[in-house]
Amino acid sequence: MRLVALLLSLPRLLLRSALLALAQVWANKGRSILTTIGIVIGVAAVTTVIAALSGLRANVLRDFESIGAGKLFIFPHWPDQGTQRHASWRSIRFTPEQTEGLTEHCPSVECFTRQADRSGIAVEFDKQTTDAVIRGIEPEWHRIENRSVVLGRPFSLIDNEQAQPVCLVTESLRDRLRLDRQCMGQRVLVDGRYYLIVGVVEPPTDFGMFGGGPKEEEILIPFSTYWKTYGGRGWSYIIAVSKSPTVSDEARAEVSFFLRQRRHLKPGESDTFQIEVVQQYIDKFNQLSTMVTLVAGGIVGISLIVGGVGIMNIMLVSVSERTREIGLRKAVGAGAGAILMQFLVEAVVLCLIGGLIGLALGQAFTAALGKILGAKLEHAFIPGWAITLSLGFAAGVGVLFGMFPAVKAARLDPIEALRHE
Amino acid sequence: MMIQLDNLSKVYRVGVERIAALDGVSLGIGQNEYVAVMGPSGSGKSTLMNILGCLDRPSEGQYHLDGKLVHRLGGHALARIRNERIGFVFQSFELLPRLSALHNVELPLLYSGLGWLARRRRARGALERVGLADRIKHRPNQLSGGEKQRVAIARALVVQPRLLLADEPTGNLDSRTSEEILALFDRLHAEGQTIVMVTHEEEVAAHATRIIRMRDGRVASDLAAAEDRARRASAEGPTDKAKEGRP
Repeated sequence: MRLVALLLSLPRLLLRSALLALAQVWANKGRSILTTIGIVIGVAAVTTVIAALSGLRANVLRDFESIGAGKLFIFPHWPDQGTQRHASWRSIRFTPEQTEGLTEHCPSVECFTRQADRSGIAVEFDKQTTDAVIRGIEPEWHRIENRSVVLGRPFSLIDNEQAQPVCLVTESLRDRLRLDRQCMGQRVLVDGRYYLIVGVVEPPTDFGMFGGGPKEEEILIPFSTYWKTYGGRGWSYIIAVSKSPTVSDEARAEVSFFLRQRRHLKPGESDTFQIEVVQQYIDKFNQLSTMVTLVAGGIVGISLIVGGVGIMNIMLVSVSERTREIGLRKAVGAGAGAILMQFLVEAVVLCLIGGLIGLALGQAFTAALGKILGAKLEHAFIPGWAITLSLGFAAGVGVLFGMFPAVKAARLDPIEALRHE
Repeated sequence: MMIQLDNLSKVYRVGVERIAALDGVSLGIGQNEYVAVMGPSGSGKSTLMNILGCLDRPSEGQYHLDGKLVHRLGGHALARIRNERIGFVFQSFELLPRLSALHNVELPLLYSGLGWLARRRRARGALERVGLADRIKHRPNQLSGGEKQRVAIARALVVQPRLLLADEPTGNLDSRTSEEILALFDRLHAEGQTIVMVTHEEEVAAHATRIIRMRDGRVASDLAAAEDRARRASAEGPTDKAKEGRP
């Protein structure tokens, strides 16, 4: 019965104590602000560090995602051991036949493209020459790389099946060779062969730290044309896309199983190819950044503890200054619980005020950081959980370090307290 | 009897020595009595006040307040009794300097679980009762000594206490203001308030209807005011003459 009554009266008691505490803090404005500096700096530091790290993380993740989270890169690869270790390139490379029917056999794979490229290929038009990357692609490539044809047309089925000498160019290559803006129908000389330009393709996405960007000069030809011209020379590989980033692991396992079968690898024999899953790197990076955030947050969080000692100090001063007040309150009927609550809430209110100021300061620091460091941190922000956590932690520090002074106040003997000078 | 003390003792330990601040005090105080407790310092009158006010517990003996045995109650229950049944008036007023008169008077009600409106109404009522209706917004430092003590009395009255305990209520006041405060006590007594007051001034004690004189932790005399006056007059008479008779 009494417990229920106590619980019911608790919110009112808390509210009243909070109002009392605010009045007390207001009465000692200067001292209160100085006291909370430890908490202010602690919270500001914690939130700024977390914001900076989350900004950095968002930035890196965006780079990863611009490559495509669901992408699988499948390369020929010499195993580290086994009989295939010294196999020739001919037996290691992918032939078009080996990957035929990959989507049918791998249900988690949405689509794929065979791709091959060589760089440093001379491209010539009307006495203008430049070195470009030549790339053999399949129709799905436009979707996978998210690069559509902006002028002209993509390769037709006939282009692919008959291995026609047609090509797509990037704008940067077109401009370098001083081709017409509408360059369709013009012919460029590549490695001694003429190719008919059928269209202009979007520049590669800027992958940030992974390269790319509108400056890349590329010439794209049908994969069949590439295979007919260069055969297995140059670097050929496969890019597949899983149906969603979450089934990346399944897609990887399916592709691996499929390729081992096609390559007649016996159980126990090492893979003669390698599959890189972008999602896997994202997961690893996420793990790493979470750990860095925790460690950095934890280290900076120690300053909050130091701030708590300041709070305890000032609360002890407050209790001793207000001994007579405590005595009077007890004489007129305040129980030990009410006094304890009053001082505990005061400590928590002090810490929360410090926390709020610190949060505002952290927000300002974060904004300044974004301005100073520019693009790398422009998306830095204090995540909601960091706000909750730092305010909660500040309140916790208040309870922890306010407890001793509050207990001291609650235990005062009213007679002694009223006699206190 | 509203208050019944039976063989009350309070023993302090100082090192190995045992000092009895109260030594077997038994007395009863009825409804609407106006009692002055007198005695030299160290006579145990403050200890008696503290026990009557439920601030302290006796080492031995029994204390009934309104028929309820209170001397063995726990801290929380004693706080409740102080809050509901006892009003304190102190020599140095003990007002909280940052609070207005109204908020000072309201203070005991904060611990009574009363709603905001009821608290305001009762605090105003108490201030009107002591004639300070026009001072409710004033802070203690804006009030005169007499006004401060009247605020303190209003604070004691606001819980409608069964017992009003005053510890040297005029000790910090000049004689004119003291008379005002004592007149206020007289009026409260006339309105039915039970009052116990500690004082060492005979003129102040003269306002009471009953005078208890303490000495060495015991009740030395416990008489109606008129009887006490007569007894003192006859006791002092020869003493004064003896003094005069000295060379």
